[in-house]
Amino acid sequence: MSDLTASLAEAQRLRALFEAQGATPVDADILQPADLLLDLYGEDIRGRAYLTHDPIRGEMVMRPDFTVPVVQTHMDSGADPARYTYAGKVFRMQDGTGARPSEYVQVGFEVFDGTNPAEADATVFAAIAEALAGLPVTPATGDIGILKAAIGGLRTSEARKAALLRHIWRPGRFRSLLDRFGGRSAVPPSRAALLAEGDPLGAVDEVPGKRSRAEIADRIAALRADAATAPLAEEERELIDALLAVRETCPYALSALRDIAVDMPAVQGAVQGLARRLDALSDKGIDVDALPFEGSYGRTTLEYYDGFVFGFTASHAPEMPPVATGGRYDALTAQLGSGQAAPAVGGVIRPDLVLGLRGGV
Amino acid sequence: MLKLGVPSKGRLMEKTFAWFGDRGVTLRKSGDDRAYTGTVEGIDGVELVLLSAGEIPRELAAGRIQLGVTGSDLVHEKLPLWASQVCPLALMGFGGADLVIAVPQAWVDVDTLEDLDAAAAAFRGVHGHRLRIATKYHRLVREFLRENGVADYALVDSQGATEGTVQNGTAEAIADITSTGETLRANGLKILGDGLIHASQATLFRGRRGGWTDEQRDTLRRLEERLGV
Repeated sequence: MSDLTASLAEAQRLRALFEAQGATPVDADILQPADLLLDLYGEDIRGRAYLTHDPIRGEMVMRPDFTVPVVQTHMDSGADPARYTYAGKVFRMQDGTGARPSEYVQVGFEVFDGTNPAEADATVFAAIAEALAGLPVTPATGDIGILKAAIGGLRTSEARKAALLRHIWRPGRFRSLLDRFGGRSAVPPSRAALLAEGDPLGAVDEVPGKRSRAEIADRIAALRADAATAPLAEEERELIDALLAVRETCPYALSALRDIAVDMPAVQGAVQGLARRLDALSDKGIDVDALPFEGSYGRTTLEYYDGFVFGFTASHAPEMPPVATGGRYDALTAQLGSGQAAPAVGGVIRPDLVLGLRGGV
Repeated sequence: MLKLGVPSKGRLMEKTFAWFGDRGVTLRKSGDDRAYTGTVEGIDGVELVLLSAGEIPRELAAGRIQLGVTGSDLVHEKLPLWASQVCPLALMGFGGADLVIAVPQAWVDVDTLEDLDAAAAAFRGVHGHRLRIATKYHRLVREFLRENGVADYALVDSQGATEGTVQNGTAEAIADITSTGETLRANGLKILGDGLIHASQATLFRGRRGGWTDEQRDTLRRLEERLGV
């Protein structure tokens, strides 16, 4: 049996497991309209996407994943709650040595259910853990929602919170913004000069292009307002650092996060959510006492995960691409539903990697 | 034979010929000035191949030429694994040009990448699409912006007259090669203070593809000795 035939057979087996969990099988076109996907995912995915041009439909992309078409299918169906599963190839260019495949099969399980997020998170994680049972894989979990809540609760301006929220997935920029807002890095000379000027736009005759004079004026006003904002308190910075540094098994992580929540009440709700999720996972037979939790997990993946995040990597090769990944993506559904959110959580498994591990067991 | 790829026209070709000439190796276009074949004097076993500078990286990587002169910008842009595909033998000291990010001079609020990122976020909010950066150096620009945490932009392809895209309304900013910055200024653009992506210059590269004969290896040794590289 060829590798692809074997992967597809394994994909059918995995998909059947998700169907047994009540998921409806769905499919998606391989060629997807590029503008929507690229606008949602940005340049990082464009650099890895196979783009092609259709004389009538315009720029098209070979699906880099199923998430967006599945969300669209769900939005069109109007069903709620709903569970879906799919199996098929996705396409992503690989920059490396050519050792990693640029097309591979994914099997997914997506749950749309806003009534009990902890239960839905646990359902997806447990289904994927069960599908991988017996394989030498190591799970990882995290919760972007806790970090978002922490940022939302900072005693600083809304503009600064928005800037930090936007850069959760770019740790370097996030750090430099924290330094900037904490008054720990020097204001760039060009900005200091701009702020010292009475009317920086006075000498500008003409503004070319789409970004208008009013937009420039708005940004200058925002910079002035920011310069007048008190620095972010050192304790708050330290709490964010403490939160990102949590790296324990779940029960210890929960207790560390509860300690942080005493000084940072804004995260209390999200930490309670974690506690409920751990209960739900435990009810489904997951050994949460042994399950790792990392405060910064999920910050370098695609930026649509905004709550629970998880992954499974081969225990002997943690640097290789994960065998399975997943998470909650409520904000993405809101963006696709033009404001009408459909809380959703899901995950994907790579059957080719499952087979590789099974061969090596 | 050791094949040496050299840009087939313009100042880059002339300066390459002069650089080799100064080191006792005479490169010459044969007969007709429009021909793309040439001769090498002063060393045996080297064949001159005249090519477009943009094709030299690919030819080196494929092993169709063993040596090549081209801008390091082109090698870095066109060969994703350039460090394992080619090896720089000599920086030749000419053809210097910087790949930079430039924005309209009227953007008095944007002088750093941090500013560009903030402006891009606001721009997307107002206009409903990402801030467009015109370039032909997609890989280098994307990697640079990712490393520097800039988001909410989209690259648009521009294979020439890139400086004009902002005036023409097809992009809000550009990433392009400049040596003096004059064309940028003439088009109402300014370079970001921390917007230097790559400082390029003409470079003599050796292809790393295997399968060299003993004779080719020997020729390279003699050539390196002659050139003092």
